[in-house]
Amino acid sequence: MSQKYRLESGGLIDRNKKLSFTFDGKTYTGYHGDTLASALLANGVRLLGRSFKYHRPRGLIAAGSEEPNALMQLENGAYTEPNTRATCIELYDGLVATSQNRWPNLEHDFGAVNSAVARFLPAGFYYKTFMWPASLWMTYEKFIRKAAGLGVSPTKPDPDVYHSRYDHCDVLVIGAGPAGLAAASTAAASGARVVVVDEQSQPGGSMLGSKQSDQYSQWQENTVASLTQSANVRMLPRTTLTGYFDYNYLTAVEKVTDHLGPGRGGDKPRQRFWKIRAKQVIIAAGSIERPLVFADNDRPGVMLANAVDTYINRYGVIPGKDIVVFTNNDSAYQTAINAAAHGATVTVVDTRKSISEALQASLKTADVRLFKGHAISSVQGSKGIHSVRVMELSADGKSVGGQAWQIDCEIVANSGGWTPSVHMFSQSGGKLHYDKNIEGFVPDTSKAKRINPNFSVGACNGKFSTKDCLAEGVKAGSDAAAACGFTAAPGSLPSVDDDGMGHIEPLWLVPTVHPVGEGSAKHFHDFQNDVTAADIHLAAREGYLSVEHLKRYTTTGMATDQGKTSNLNALAIMAEIRGAQIPEVGTTTFRPPFTPLTFGAIGGQESGELFLQERHTPMHASHVANGAVFEDVGDWKRPWYYPQAGEDMHAAVQRESYAVRQSVGILDASTLGKIDIQGEDAAEFLEMIYTNNWKKLGVGRCRYGLMLNEHGMIFDDGVTTRLADDHFHMTTTTGGAARVLGWLEEWLQTEWPDMNVYCTSVTEQWAVAALNGPRARELLSSVSDIDCSNDAFPFMSMREGTIAGIPARVYRISFTGELAYEINVPARYGKKLWDTLLEAGKPFDLCQYGTETMHVVRAEKGFIIVGQDTDGTVTPLDMDMDWIVSKTKADFLGKRSFMRSDTSQEGRPQFVGLLTKDPQVVLPEGAHIVAEVKDAPPMQTLGHVTSSYMSPNVGRSIALGLLRNGLNRKGDTVTLRLMNGDVIEAEVTDPVFIDQAGERTRG
Amino acid sequence: MSYHRNWQRAWRSPDPKKEYDVVIIGGGGHGLATAYYLATQCGITNVAVLEKGWLGGGNTGRNTTIVRSNYLLDASAGIYEHAVKLWEGLSQELNYNVMFSQRGLLHLAHSVHDMQEIGRRGNAIYLNGIDSEFLTPQQVKEMLPIINLNCRYPVMGGLLQKRGGTARHDAVAWGYARGADAAGVDIIQNCEVTGVRVENNKVIGVDTSRGYIGARKVGSVAAGHSSVIAEMAGFKLPLECYPLQALVSEPVKPIIDCVVMSNGIHVYVSQSDKGELVVGSGSDAYNSYTQRGSFDLIEHTVGPLCELFPLFSRLRMLRQWAGIVDVTVDRSPILSKSPVENLFFNCGWGTGGFKATPGSGHAFAHSIANGEMNHIAAPFSIDRFNSGALIDEGAAAAVAH
Amino acid sequence: MFIINCPYCGERDQTEFTCHGEAHIARPKETENLTDEQWGEYIFFRTNPKGMHYERWVHAHGCRRWFNALRNTATDEIFATYEVGAPKPPAPEKHS
Repeated sequence: MSQKYRLESGGLIDRNKKLSFTFDGKTYTGYHGDTLASALLANGVRLLGRSFKYHRPRGLIAAGSEEPNALMQLENGAYTEPNTRATCIELYDGLVATSQNRWPNLEHDFGAVNSAVARFLPAGFYYKTFMWPASLWMTYEKFIRKAAGLGVSPTKPDPDVYHSRYDHCDVLVIGAGPAGLAAASTAAASGARVVVVDEQSQPGGSMLGSKQSDQYSQWQENTVASLTQSANVRMLPRTTLTGYFDYNYLTAVEKVTDHLGPGRGGDKPRQRFWKIRAKQVIIAAGSIERPLVFADNDRPGVMLANAVDTYINRYGVIPGKDIVVFTNNDSAYQTAINAAAHGATVTVVDTRKSISEALQASLKTADVRLFKGHAISSVQGSKGIHSVRVMELSADGKSVGGQAWQIDCEIVANSGGWTPSVHMFSQSGGKLHYDKNIEGFVPDTSKAKRINPNFSVGACNGKFSTKDCLAEGVKAGSDAAAACGFTAAPGSLPSVDDDGMGHIEPLWLVPTVHPVGEGSAKHFHDFQNDVTAADIHLAAREGYLSVEHLKRYTTTGMATDQGKTSNLNALAIMAEIRGAQIPEVGTTTFRPPFTPLTFGAIGGQESGELFLQERHTPMHASHVANGAVFEDVGDWKRPWYYPQAGEDMHAAVQRESYAVRQSVGILDASTLGKIDIQGEDAAEFLEMIYTNNWKKLGVGRCRYGLMLNEHGMIFDDGVTTRLADDHFHMTTTTGGAARVLGWLEEWLQTEWPDMNVYCTSVTEQWAVAALNGPRARELLSSVSDIDCSNDAFPFMSMREGTIAGIPARVYRISFTGELAYEINVPARYGKKLWDTLLEAGKPFDLCQYGTETMHVVRAEKGFIIVGQDTDGTVTPLDMDMDWIVSKTKADFLGKRSFMRSDTSQEGRPQFVGLLTKDPQVVLPEGAHIVAEVKDAPPMQTLGHVTSSYMSPNVGRSIALGLLRNGLNRKGDTVTLRLMNGDVIEAEVTDPVFIDQAGERTRG
Repeated sequence: MSYHRNWQRAWRSPDPKKEYDVVIIGGGGHGLATAYYLATQCGITNVAVLEKGWLGGGNTGRNTTIVRSNYLLDASAGIYEHAVKLWEGLSQELNYNVMFSQRGLLHLAHSVHDMQEIGRRGNAIYLNGIDSEFLTPQQVKEMLPIINLNCRYPVMGGLLQKRGGTARHDAVAWGYARGADAAGVDIIQNCEVTGVRVENNKVIGVDTSRGYIGARKVGSVAAGHSSVIAEMAGFKLPLECYPLQALVSEPVKPIIDCVVMSNGIHVYVSQSDKGELVVGSGSDAYNSYTQRGSFDLIEHTVGPLCELFPLFSRLRMLRQWAGIVDVTVDRSPILSKSPVENLFFNCGWGTGGFKATPGSGHAFAHSIANGEMNHIAAPFSIDRFNSGALIDEGAAAAVAH
Repeated sequence: MFIINCPYCGERDQTEFTCHGEAHIARPKETENLTDEQWGEYIFFRTNPKGMHYERWVHAHGCRRWFNALRNTATDEIFATYEVGAPKPPAPEKHS
């Protein structure tokens, strides 16, 4: 039974390319040019899924991206993709699709029991149930979660790659149907740079699914050929415009290789994400047919009329042999006639009483039976349709009566009219207005957002005839080109019929023999989220009247189709209940993306190695070769410690820390921020930036400085050196480098623009090796031409010279309290410097050390790390650093905040040392000091440990911390209470544990 | 077979009275909760809630529904834990299922600095009597089998609050609205406040799109529009409004159970009961009232999401949106008296307001009723911006909240 | 995603810029003479209007120059960009 519903001929498929695929494990065939949907339909497979809530059997409704029902789990393993619309999957050989939301299988679904208890599961039922007993909610919820969720996430990382690209153009055209093509060709002919995006595999839009005149076909072919060949035009098929953002910034996703099948894309990305900035946008997005809301309108086989037409014309598939066309407008008549022409037995049920003579005659010619003023009152069948009942509508359309005609059929092709696709206009910030003539919202172009100049043309503007589409397209193409400074000369257009939706008489809710919500039938308007007209009645009854409440309470329009087929029906039904006009109920916001957008396409290019790329110092390769374990510090990879054979982190750090004070250690300090500051006002500027004095600093001298924000809180520190009267070299913390540069520039440019000062980041221009330890001078002297004697090169000064022939600036500054030199060389010499020093250092027992040892040895000296021992709530006074706060300067940033009542109060958390009673116990960082130990929390806290280490040089554990009133509590014993219940006592001490006099560093 | 016909209208649509004891400006979760507690606990039932649009249409319906109280500072822990305790009985209190789901909230640490941060915060939370536990990377993996522990900044540990989780955001507004209405509060939608009338530095009422409404006390709970209300009363607030963006994926079967927050990688994700991944993005750094935001934030949200959970790459974003968040300099809220007598402000919740809804409403109601901020609200006074007594979680811990 | 006209470089994508809040707030002189309220006003209190906003931007990933802009926060329409120190351009009387 192969492709039983495939027509003998016709369609845009390639019958020479037969493709094989499986659905739920069964193998079928289709042709190149098919979608998964059309191929399944050709094989007579109509039951494609189960609905979200009631697990009702569901089949295809549409032929395009508006499809709410036919969601597939595509492929297996790492390539699997849930919730993929069968109507948007181009068929390829070997395709594997599986239905979703059913167990154990599609035919026999356990979840369908929900359908039987549907009366207990209307809109909002969760809010009213499962509250009692309170303890059981989490249990109920487990089941709710399991039952929800549609398809299954992959469980392996995505094997595909994604690209993203920017483009800029004069005119962006959204949609390559008649209106879009007319617009694009007109704009392109003017010389404007044009981009055309269209979600389908080939241009043509709705015409791909319609019968077209030869003249139109010829025009389309020529137009597409000409656009494709134009150098100033980019045609992007398989590209969905996903979002319209301000200043005409639009995003689109191009499915580059999805249609080839998994792993078959070669070196091409799976999808490409386009970010397009357009001077003018022409929206030619078409329209979407909306279903009629009638009893059991969700049965597999109930389709949109236009979809039936498309399957016949584009795919050569007749969805069924017996078809009932159910409509309230003229457009479905062409479906009826077309289906009849392809051998189907067709009946038209029209809710309208008066129908044009011409239409009636055309049905007669096609041998199609017509019921006027009738409606389908019920649908028989569950996993498929076998018949419908048709009854006469009352004059007000509120009830049915009279004889019930039973008509056997497999397919109901229904049309409730056409909804312009105003998504993009709405996303652009434009307002909509309701057009009674077409019964739909259309763009109110007078209320377009000024920063997003655009045109809506064709069906998305409520103009459904091909003739109008072409005319509007040409005009917009010409106007858009003109707005970009081009002159357009419209080309010739084909003559086409003035077709379209024709006359429409809305019937928003098709009555049946029972009032809505009674009887067993359900009137669905939102198929995917299983929302019915009865749910709208219920929402109205309970007062959820505004469109947003309706949407959120009933979940209408919240499914993966975002209400493409359901929103207007829901609004209209609510309007009828409220006795209001549709616009009074409102319209919902159309949120991006237009169709769901693969995460990988948005962010996939910046993952793995390209995700927040690592920064490496010039010495990095040596660190790797020398076995360093790295620590992430901001973007940087810094050596954390250098374990030797058999060492764990603790052992390595103890060895390194010891070496720094016994012989000499070497640290890669290249990541420290470095800012070159020049200009005659540089010293005056630093006076405002730092808390201490800078004017009198001698050339060649270094000074430590603290920076505060205007709240008076410490936000960075570092040593700055005066290179000349008007030239300083500032260092910052590693993490603060960019922030500090921005801070300096902000003040210079916005507050003190008259100051003659220039700041340049030189962080990456200098590689820095810091030698620390009693033998540092010996080592440095052995490789340098600088006189390193204490007199010639005192502490806190800078000398220039060469190190092993490399030009260098050497700063005698220390973050260890040892004799220390920070050797700065141009970055390109960094690795050579490091390797040379390691070699030259061997006689001096030189030891490489990483950031952890840096932390230990500086803590031994009570040197703070901004961001670890301070947070953004700490002043220099809190840190017992009033020695660095000038008492003589009139002002500096943050100074005034010291005077505020809270900032100046006694007893704030203050910086102290902490020595545990047991010298072997290392306090956990973050542990808290409590006022009084209790059996269980809450306990009042007085402070916490900011830094804590085992110190090989002090010979015991040491810690730093912030303690309320700590500066007045030295010598006191405090108690720390850990989360595991441990209680630890510690003595409050001075934070300097080694060489209080500071002799080692100056010697 | 009642088809829930026995459920009455959730709230009335009354015309505004001439005067109320208390007028609450803003029908979001916090405003409705305030009205509810005024009417049910403070004995003040002559209360109106004025909402310029529809209930819960602001940030109540635009957030990522996360509830937690794992805050470092005592003042924050005070109000957020007060809220969590109320959340724990809220469905029963309101007889309306707000689906508070304590599936656990996990903060990830990706660096030594992060470990120090969670070390400090974990202890502080614990000592404040709030549940808190540290996880090793292996324990993180057990909770989240799909996580990429060896991402750009490898996971070094985690801080778990088991009592944290999510709630159904709309239900909170609706539940409080129903409860307040039943207690006699007039909930008036589509009623925009256009002016605040002050006499002798005392508030006497508000002008609205539905006419003048007298009030003995006014509580402004207008989130993003608080500055606009303050301007009507003649003063400024230490607030700025930014777009805050979020997104959801298509629904899939359960794949992550707890709420995951990673400040190191910038991932904030949970999975709703419907199956959608709910992903917090970030706030744009410019003032705006447009509820739009810039797309680059979405890119910088999805990249990290795929880095931490590489298998999400093939899932799809279903919707993205923005709210307007009103942010103070210390990122903590304002619950305060104002320069105008009997005019109270509850605002500045920034990106963290949803979780506080019950606690905020409760503390604000009692404070309005007594005319003085209660002990939970007191630290959040506007005065702190003059004294310097900021409540700066972000500065203290570099934590987004 | 705005297009911002940097007074020094011309029109560029918003991603090249960062915004830094309300403009034309001068740092007070002689700060020690201010009351806590005056100092607090300077550091913390902002107009935060729904409508015309004079604000500071920096072309951070470009020329790194600071400049000011006049933008409607209700629509995000930018009406002017101008150099620091230049007078406020007048707000358009009617704006969409």
